[in-house]
Amino acid sequence: MVQSRMRGKAQLYVYAGIVVLFVLPLILPRFYIYLTSIILLTGLLATSLNLVLGYGGIFQFHHAVFYGVGAYATALMLTKSGLSPWLSFIVGPLVSGFLSFIMGLICIRLSKLYFGMLQISLGSLVWIIVYRWYSFTGGDDGIHGVPLPDIISSPNSAYYFTLIVTAACLFVTYKMIRSPFGSALQGIRDNPVRSEMIGINVKRHQLLALIIAGFFAGVAGSLFIVVDNTVFPDMLFWTLSLEVLIMCLLGGWFTFLGPMLGAAIIIMLRTFVSTYTTYWALVLGVLMMFVIFFLPNGVLGYIEEKIKKDFIEPVIKE
Amino acid sequence: MLEVKSLSKSFDGFKAVNNANLDVQKGEIVAVIGPNGAGKTTLFNLITGILKPDSGTVHFKGENITGFPPYEICRKRISRSFQIVNIFPRLTVFENVQVSILSREKRTWNLFTPSTKLAIDETNRILESVGLVQKKDRMTALLSHGDSKVLEIAMALGGNPEFLILDEPTAGMAPEETFRCIELVKRLSEELGLTILFCEHDMEIVFGIADRIMVMVRGATIVQGSCDEVRCNEAVQNAYLGGSDVCLM
Repeated sequence: MVQSRMRGKAQLYVYAGIVVLFVLPLILPRFYIYLTSIILLTGLLATSLNLVLGYGGIFQFHHAVFYGVGAYATALMLTKSGLSPWLSFIVGPLVSGFLSFIMGLICIRLSKLYFGMLQISLGSLVWIIVYRWYSFTGGDDGIHGVPLPDIISSPNSAYYFTLIVTAACLFVTYKMIRSPFGSALQGIRDNPVRSEMIGINVKRHQLLALIIAGFFAGVAGSLFIVVDNTVFPDMLFWTLSLEVLIMCLLGGWFTFLGPMLGAAIIIMLRTFVSTYTTYWALVLGVLMMFVIFFLPNGVLGYIEEKIKKDFIEPVIKE
Repeated sequence: MLEVKSLSKSFDGFKAVNNANLDVQKGEIVAVIGPNGAGKTTLFNLITGILKPDSGTVHFKGENITGFPPYEICRKRISRSFQIVNIFPRLTVFENVQVSILSREKRTWNLFTPSTKLAIDETNRILESVGLVQKKDRMTALLSHGDSKVLEIAMALGGNPEFLILDEPTAGMAPEETFRCIELVKRLSEELGLTILFCEHDMEIVFGIADRIMVMVRGATIVQGSCDEVRCNEAVQNAYLGGSDVCLM
């Protein structure tokens, strides 16, 4: 009862948030629209990581690879193939999903930290290929001025495209988390041995989760092309993976919208603090320390706990 | 129904299970007893596929299931509960049992139907029969030890088993919880016709509900027989009482 009432209220806030996001281009100057687009797609990236990290308990340490590969696949299709541009927005994520499947097959034999270590090395391998293969990927120059279909080439339309795709992807992810597959995945996170003993094929479920996460990271990558028109090798460097991981922890990795909030906080910090000092990462570091000490469940995790208390206490008194 | 033949498993040269033999007929309640470290839990781990045996075989309903992975053994309708509480701490009581049912129904590949609409009645029925229905919305991390152990059994029941393995179901329980738990086990055997294999240190419980008893010492089966046969068996007296001729219990 209490939970459904809380969920109803949360839903209301989400709808209100979407409405606000829709009218934002009417109010805000162009720069902020660009910034919001970046926050949205990075939030999608973080949410896709959280599907395997927070809900699946898999230590996916090099998630940016799938983001970068999705972006590169989309950009290469757009610049070199001559096929319908819309097709590239589907192919990009599919390539990411496929890469995730291959890497997953290899890494899934290990668990926890060992999984993460192997993934970092395999991911770095992909990064070095992209970085060095000048003739195909443009090497460290990346690819600039990717041609887009007219309908999404203006900043505002790119924003709306990003908003709609992100919202749709989050909706689908949310559905998945609440499906039997999601329940099984959370069971595996909590207790893999017991999961096997109630008849769940743990590795196979984890592999599917990895593929889905890779796919959505690829979607975020293609959205970056829409917003920024460029790709560069840094998009799949491991420091970005770390940053995305921090977004999940900062926002709250056991909450659904936590990673989105984490993405917003980090990107805004980077944008606004870095105008005052080049040591913006120092501010992030101190902030992170406070979060770990005082909000171990992340910002949204803390808020959720608070709200739960406010909801449950009156009920108990009744 | 279940037949274990000369099963062995060693860890770094230590023979945890060494030539264990066991047979369980349909509908029976069989107890495995033995001193601490006799290899009872290891034996259960070998039967349920969590560990792979070095040698020996496990047959279930005539089929050789030796070395099958746990999830396949579960699909043969063998369920188990664990000695040390082994549940999903971040899920609610309800979800713990529900996942178990969804997994048995092979619905965990379903990506888009909300779980909240599936297997509701069956989950409620199981929770009601084990007496946890009032606590169904609680996070399992907040349950008392006794309730967690009962939840263990409820999760095992979610697999709709024919054969239930209980590893020390009453370990660490308060006396009245123990009583309730034993009543539950008896009822499951009578009402659902489950075949039950369990191990337990409390001799009163063992002799109270078991049809037959298997005694393990240092990894080996020394005897399997009816309560009376075991009670005054010389080897058992040696193991438990250090060679007196007083009967056990």
